[in-house]
Amino acid sequence: MTEKTEILIEIKNLTFSRGSRKIFDDITLSIPKGKITAIMGPSGSGKTTLLKLIAGQLQPDSGEVYVEGLNVHQLSRKKLYQLRRKMGMLFQSGALLTDLNVFDNVAFPLREHTKLPEKVIYALVLMKLQAVGLRGAKNLMPSELSGGMSRRVALARGIALDPEMIFYDEPFVGQDPITKGVLVKLIKTLNDSLDLTSVLVSHDVDEVMQIADYICVISEGKLIAEGSKETLQHESTGYVNQFIKGLPDGPVPFHFPSVSYAEDLEASRKKGGLI
Amino acid sequence: MNGFQSLMQEIGRTFLEKVAVFGRGFLFILSLFSAMPSALLRVDLLMKQIYVAGVLSLPIILMAGLFVGMVLSLQGYNILVEFNAEEAVGSMTALSLLRELGPVVGALLFAGRAGSALTAEIGLMRSTEQISALEMMAVDPLKFVYAPRFLAVVIALPLLVLIFNALGVFGGYLVSVSWLGVDDGAFWSQMSSQVDWHEDVVNGMIKSVAFGLLIAVVALFQGVNAIPSSEGVSNATTRTVVHSSLGILGLDFILTSIMFN
Amino acid sequence: MRKQTKVEIWVGIFVLMSLLALSYIAFQVSNFSGWKERPTYEVSALFDNIGGLKTRAPLKLSGVVIGRITAIEIDPVSFKARVHMNIDQEFNQLPVDSSVSILTSGLLGDQYVGLDPGGDEEVLEQGSEIEMTQSAMVLEELIGQFLVKFSESD
Repeated sequence: MTEKTEILIEIKNLTFSRGSRKIFDDITLSIPKGKITAIMGPSGSGKTTLLKLIAGQLQPDSGEVYVEGLNVHQLSRKKLYQLRRKMGMLFQSGALLTDLNVFDNVAFPLREHTKLPEKVIYALVLMKLQAVGLRGAKNLMPSELSGGMSRRVALARGIALDPEMIFYDEPFVGQDPITKGVLVKLIKTLNDSLDLTSVLVSHDVDEVMQIADYICVISEGKLIAEGSKETLQHESTGYVNQFIKGLPDGPVPFHFPSVSYAEDLEASRKKGGLI
Repeated sequence: MNGFQSLMQEIGRTFLEKVAVFGRGFLFILSLFSAMPSALLRVDLLMKQIYVAGVLSLPIILMAGLFVGMVLSLQGYNILVEFNAEEAVGSMTALSLLRELGPVVGALLFAGRAGSALTAEIGLMRSTEQISALEMMAVDPLKFVYAPRFLAVVIALPLLVLIFNALGVFGGYLVSVSWLGVDDGAFWSQMSSQVDWHEDVVNGMIKSVAFGLLIAVVALFQGVNAIPSSEGVSNATTRTVVHSSLGILGLDFILTSIMFN
Repeated sequence: MRKQTKVEIWVGIFVLMSLLALSYIAFQVSNFSGWKERPTYEVSALFDNIGGLKTRAPLKLSGVVIGRITAIEIDPVSFKARVHMNIDQEFNQLPVDSSVSILTSGLLGDQYVGLDPGGDEEVLEQGSEIEMTQSAMVLEELIGQFLVKFSESD
């Protein structure tokens, strides 16, 4: 990262645990403004939790999160809600309000937070839907949309209030290659044309490699690597190598921890087993 | 010794968990009440929820009210006719309905129809991250989702109970006057001389408001605390019906002993 | 916004239905007499025995309800039962020498107070006491009297 880049989100010594399980252990990282930053890690490594911590939906055990220089977890509810108007979040499921149609879903944040006349809202919503290519679907209900389409509607809703930053929670999971391609293109163009800061949580290496400017890899609650995609691609050893290349065996073993196979067989023979 | 220790530990933990549930419930109720003013300002949201809770419960309430009234007077007639007091069937039907059956049966049906739907809806909204999405859009779910639903349930139930009672009396009239031949004038005059506005009608209404509050709190609390999976939501829905039904019957006993003693 | 209109119409119908139900219950089913209590005046009477009379029992004139029993207590001087009753203000022309008796509706019905108007020019007003009273008929006493007379005539 060059010295000039402005830092938008700063995470300092963040620790968070659920029950007795430590999800994050002393994580420190910063997210530059105007770039696409990807946070990667295996399933269950708490990437979504990290987004919720940044947005102040969850409280950390210790450590701080600064967004635009404000400590998110020290803000009053009112200030936090003001800050959130500058954030958009794309949830894994889309999280559209099921009792509103596509148009009303996109119009929802505008109607809740602005006093714009209905004509202006109509124009704005059409614009946002056009940006995600779903202007024709404006009268459909969320139940009539495919997974990829709901994500695009949710994206239109996320950018309805022209946020400064947008968080994507696993945008590529369970999507076919075409939808993945569409989403990749959308994330990239939106980031560039709206001058957004995008934070992308994902474990789809190929898609992330296409668009991310900066990548952080998290595993077992620790930040184990960060840098531009070129840096990570050239990393040839250890966990990062296994993760980026998708190797079945490596620092993360193929086998679930257990006694040796021979011992297991011996035990089953003693019990009068088949072998 | 070890077994005893772990037993004690288990009891202690269970107790503390229950206390924690009560504490959370109490805090939840407090926050609901703090959101009441903003819920009253959002007439559009309130309307929609009254539609969902009240209007959609109308068919079952209409049918049930009519049949309960008809059965009451049929049974009452068969008993009273032995004492040559069949004119009293009207007052008996009206009193049973207004004091007990209207509020209680109405509330039980309402808990099954609207309370369970409310829990399921909130649980699903949570499991599909709609609540999180609202928070991220800087919309307070308390004001936007929970408070309007709470208020709608509390408003809708007394209105439904009124309709239930009126139809029950009408059902009783149909059976006893039109079918069994009780004298029309005696039916109504006995009824209006026995049924007291304050003691019977107003007290019955107070009961239905109390039951509405109970159902609203239970249904919302279960929805908010449901484990966000399909199994968790279905369990929470069941708990809503069971807890609010038992709560209604228990509360009814307490209220009756205060009101009619 | 057509959906919202439909919702509003239905909620309107719903509220209207419940108001209809309320007025049906108020005027047809119960003895609704307005949210405010109608103006009344209070009189009292001393009885030797009130039998099973209870508060809220009706006070009737020629079978028409004109008031209600509000309180029953023991008069500390005479050790008799003092019954307080509220009479509707519209019946304010009752002679002061009217008499009251405790009666039973039907053989096993509830007890009520019946008022027989006298002929005096003066009328009952707030705080008046009705002098002439007739106590409740207690079934056991009636049977007792009957048995005594029966054995006397023997």
